Amino acid sequence: MAVNLVQGALFTVMVVRAGMLRDAAFEQELQQQVGRSPRFFLNAPVVLDLKDAGGFATEEAFLDAGDILRRYTLALVGVQNALPEQVTAAAAAGLASFAPNSTQPSRRTGSQSAAAAPVAGAHSARPVARLVNEPVRSGTQIYARGTDLVVTAAVSPGAELVADGHIHVYGALRGRALAGASGDVEARIFCARLEAELVSIAGRYLVNEQLPPEQRGSAVQIALIDDQLTVTKN
Amino acid sequence: MDWGAGGMTRPGAASGRENLLAKVVAITSGKGGVGKTTSAAAIAAGLALRGHKTVVIDFDVGLRNLDLVMGCERRVVFDFINVINGDANLNQALIKDKRNDNLYIFPTSQTRDKDALKREGVERVLEELKQQFEFIICDSPAGIEHGAVTALYFADSAIIVTNPEVSSVRDSDRIIGILSSRSRRAERNEPPVETNLLLTRYDPARVAKGEMLKVEDVQEILSVPLLGVIPESESVLRASNTGTPVAFDEDSPAGRAYLDAVARFLGEQREMRFMQPERRGLFRVLFGRA
Repeated sequence: MAVNLVQGALFTVMVVRAGMLRDAAFEQELQQQVGRSPRFFLNAPVVLDLKDAGGFATEEAFLDAGDILRRYTLALVGVQNALPEQVTAAAAAGLASFAPNSTQPSRRTGSQSAAAAPVAGAHSARPVARLVNEPVRSGTQIYARGTDLVVTAAVSPGAELVADGHIHVYGALRGRALAGASGDVEARIFCARLEAELVSIAGRYLVNEQLPPEQRGSAVQIALIDDQLTVTKN
Repeated sequence: MDWGAGGMTRPGAASGRENLLAKVVAITSGKGGVGKTTSAAAIAAGLALRGHKTVVIDFDVGLRNLDLVMGCERRVVFDFINVINGDANLNQALIKDKRNDNLYIFPTSQTRDKDALKREGVERVLEELKQQFEFIICDSPAGIEHGAVTALYFADSAIIVTNPEVSSVRDSDRIIGILSSRSRRAERNEPPVETNLLLTRYDPARVAKGEMLKVEDVQEILSVPLLGVIPESESVLRASNTGTPVAFDEDSPAGRAYLDAVARFLGEQREMRFMQPERRGLFRVLFGRA
């Protein structure tokens, strides 16, 4: 058991510059950004970059910053480029200290809760895309759980690709492709030749008959724009 | 010069009776009625004509046809299922072809069903056949159920029989997927089953009219190497009804096309034939058809 107590892992974490938090325009921009992809930002971990930022020397300052970010569904987990007294104050507020220009926790503040913090937001970090190098045959279903799916060959009629992220097909897409399967409206489908039986993003779908005739057989990308599946030539 | 007491071992000196070169070839398609049994008989006959000791096994338990196509239906005593169950030995069940000494037929049971194909039993019989034969041709039943999967499970090589029409192509695609995921080679992470395509019932005149898929279209969808194109021919039906594998009929285009396919299967380079409409065929197309 003890062997598994400490494990290394890499996470993608957003970095917000501390100075911007005091800017009203920033809050508005953040609100719009989060509004466009609410699932992506839901409970996503954020590191506050304190470079050239005055203040932030008290526990309250960090708790306030955490409150602002929480209004936009973000979770403040740590600080970067902190001066020694800022590190102490951040630790008091339960925040980890991250090494400059790195998202890997290399300096520990000694606080148990702080060390555990990045793991709490880990769900938003996407694992490596799933890569398939062989033709996907009729009757085969491939699910890229929590990530993108890349197929470098053709996808036959009667085959099904499902991904929580994007789907890329560098061959003819003749089967079904369902991107954003767990609701990510930002997911897209890319293919070298569109002959699909069905394409779907976040539950919205088009069957073959509904595909625009002029896009058939072309290299296209499919995105959800204003809740409409939109096919555009690449 | 003295190399010492160790010396060198001659290749093959310690090989015992195991024939490492024996090859199990599944003839399969998914869809029924595309010409699997005809092709299994013709390919087995072609390999025998080339001097390779070959046996063709009928895996279509309960719908026994291979014996008819091979013309040995009146000589069946014991069958595949009897041997699997240990009721008869292999040599009691094997039927030697009267036209070619290299060719043997292993008929199946008409009274049982596919459930009688026990995987361990099939494996034991195939291992025994490998001692005697160079090629073991398995004529698969249609479908993707137990019988068809058992026929392809032990395959080293597979020949996918496809007609130039969309439903056949889709079913072939499905069976190629099963070969690459559920065969013994796939389960053991061994080199994949070597898979080839045989396009049968090809009618160049109808292809030209757009009523049938072109060779290129089929190949593009299935993306496996093409072993041959067998033209639609009256000689195929005649051969089936008279119990003569069509490869024995060297005068017919279909017979020659099968012999070409067998040569390619053995690694020879041969140009594809019978893919263009015949000139006089045009008049037949215009006036001869209802």
